[in-house]
Amino acid sequence: MATLEIRDLHVSVDAETGPREILKGVDLTVKQGETHAIMGPNGSGKSTLAYSLAGHPKYTVTSGSVLLDGENVLEMSVDERAKAGVFLAMQYPVEVPGVSVSNFLRTAATAVRGEAPKLRLWVKEVKEAMAALQMDPAFAERNVNEGFSGGEKKRHEILQLELLKPKIAILDETDSGLDVDALRIVSEGINRVRSTGEVGTLLVTHYTRILRYIKPDYVHVFAGGRIVESGGAELADKLENEGYEAYVKGGASE
Amino acid sequence: MADVNTPTGSTTAGSIEVGTAGAGAQLAGPGTGRATVQQPIDARVAVKPSFDVNDFPVPTGREEDWRFTPLHRLGGLHDGSAVSAAKGEDKVELSLPDGVTAETVGRDDARLGKAGTPVDRVAAQAFSAFEQALVVTVPKETVLTEPVKIDVHGEGGTRFAHVVIDVKPFAEAVVVINHTGTGTRAANVELLIGDGAKLTFVSVQDWERDAVHAAQQTALVGRDASFKSVVVTFGGDLVRIHPRVNYAAPGGEAELFGLYFADAGQHLEHRLVIDHDTPHCRSNVVYKGALQGQDAHAVWVGDVLIRAAAEGTDTYEHNRNLVLTDGARVDSIPNLEIETGEIVGAGHASATGRFDDEQLFYLQARGIPADEARRLVVRGFFAELVQQIGVAEIQDHLMEKIEAELEAAV
Ligand SMILES: Nc1ncnc2c1ncn2[C@@H]1O[C@H](COP(=O)(O)OP(=O)(O)OP(=O)(O)O)[C@@H](O)[C@H]1O
Ligand SMILES: [Mg+2]
Repeated sequence: MATLEIRDLHVSVDAETGPREILKGVDLTVKQGETHAIMGPNGSGKSTLAYSLAGHPKYTVTSGSVLLDGENVLEMSVDERAKAGVFLAMQYPVEVPGVSVSNFLRTAATAVRGEAPKLRLWVKEVKEAMAALQMDPAFAERNVNEGFSGGEKKRHEILQLELLKPKIAILDETDSGLDVDALRIVSEGINRVRSTGEVGTLLVTHYTRILRYIKPDYVHVFAGGRIVESGGAELADKLENEGYEAYVKGGASE
Repeated sequence: MADVNTPTGSTTAGSIEVGTAGAGAQLAGPGTGRATVQQPIDARVAVKPSFDVNDFPVPTGREEDWRFTPLHRLGGLHDGSAVSAAKGEDKVELSLPDGVTAETVGRDDARLGKAGTPVDRVAAQAFSAFEQALVVTVPKETVLTEPVKIDVHGEGGTRFAHVVIDVKPFAEAVVVINHTGTGTRAANVELLIGDGAKLTFVSVQDWERDAVHAAQQTALVGRDASFKSVVVTFGGDLVRIHPRVNYAAPGGEAELFGLYFADAGQHLEHRLVIDHDTPHCRSNVVYKGALQGQDAHAVWVGDVLIRAAAEGTDTYEHNRNLVLTDGARVDSIPNLEIETGEIVGAGHASATGRFDDEQLFYLQARGIPADEARRLVVRGFFAELVQQIGVAEIQDHLMEKIEAELEAAV
């Protein structure tokens, strides 16, 4: 069973004034089949955690470790992490002009699966996955994320999640920018992947609204660059009622 | 037909210059860039067209039409010294479909100089110094199914060349000039497209790294004729190609496509002029370039002039550049000058984008290795344009060349 183990992770970014520590000792274990919600106020470092796990060059890990089934993730290049089974659905997906969605998806699937998927099966697979997310088939011929609305970008991220079938899915604010219908469609997509029992999910969010569709096994409150409280789904209800004030006031955010 | 030197009306112009954007610099995405006001087209062409080199002063590099060109790398083509340099040889191979004739003629042949007149000193130098010209004729109503191929392999030294492609009325032809090898070369290419004729002219600059090549390619488009120009520049140290379109009668159509890939230290310059002085003609320009490596420099200048008489003109020009690494530089300047409101449409666009770290990260985060990610982006960028060439053999060859460019340096 795949397990992601994050131990005492410290991460800084290059700020104008020199390195600035954003993550200040994150500990978290995510097992296949589990869903962990990470909730925290703006600027608390949620995206920093997500990007650091995926290997974005902007973030420097200064100490701590990240292991996937005992393998050192921090030593892997970005594409190696993806091949090892780490998937990041981005808060702000990037536009890639000149590259069509269909070409991109097939190239990615080929890289992650280690061989080119059989064309006929692949076309069917993509078609079905797009239909399930209520994406117009015309998106396949458009350039990656170019001119996509916020909601379309998020659907496209979840489309990739469904096709690439990672061991660990990190979903960074996949719910933001979605209207109610889109939120339901996207959540259903995530639940389809979860229901296989083969993915460990790290659901990063600011709001509790997506948790109505996706029931987490664990909820972690993230503030000031670390997890400050962990609990079950009931912790989300507490946050819904009380907000993050208690955690921020306590000086945890700085 | 006249060349560009009449009074002007309104001017719209844009300029995009991408300097050496360092790591973390603000990205120049498509559609970004700073706009500057240019001088009107006629003011920038200070000298009257002429066949005689002596009618042009030696450029200093301060002239509008020379300001981007590193003159010291021109092999003396601009200052007369090339004439006394060691003469070079070409190995020329012709592939002529049935019905097509090719002749080598002397300077006094009456068919030379009909499409247009040299507009700068280097083109005039070529016209003043060439010894023999190649005249390729596609007879009236002859529809070719195979391309005419002219393979020019430069074997070093300095060459002045003159080529005339004469496509007679209602004939249809694809003509490909492929340049390989090396040397210093100034040339004029005249393209005569007869009434109702169709010509696709492809000029490939696949030179060795040290070659120098300056050419004016002047087309005269007949009544209801179609001209498609495809300029592809990969090789050379300094390449400066100057396609020009003049219309002999109404109803003509010109499509100008270009594709270039500048590597470290290369200067690849494409400047084109479309002179709409005739009613009801169309033009469409798409040039795309990629750059990689220190001091890779691409210059694109697109001058489109719609004169008062050219009612019913429809024109659009577009230049896009993709900067793959730090240290490369693009100067992209579309100019559109309109002297009549009675037109169908006129527009221009220029965009220079960087293949940036965020795009690279996104693709890598989906398992795609960095070099493949870069290839994916560049292939996609060019494929759209290559597909419009309409000659399968050339399209395949170009995509292979693009792959090779990427293999070589990425
Ligand atoms: N280059 C940088 N220089 C200085 N500070 C930075 C830099 N990049 C990020 N930060 C800071 O790091 C902190 C954490 O940012 P991060 O994006 O991880 O927060 P977040 O929890 O995802 O917030 P949100 O809910 O708004 O998405 C923020 O205070 C941000 O300003
Ligand atoms: Mg965030």
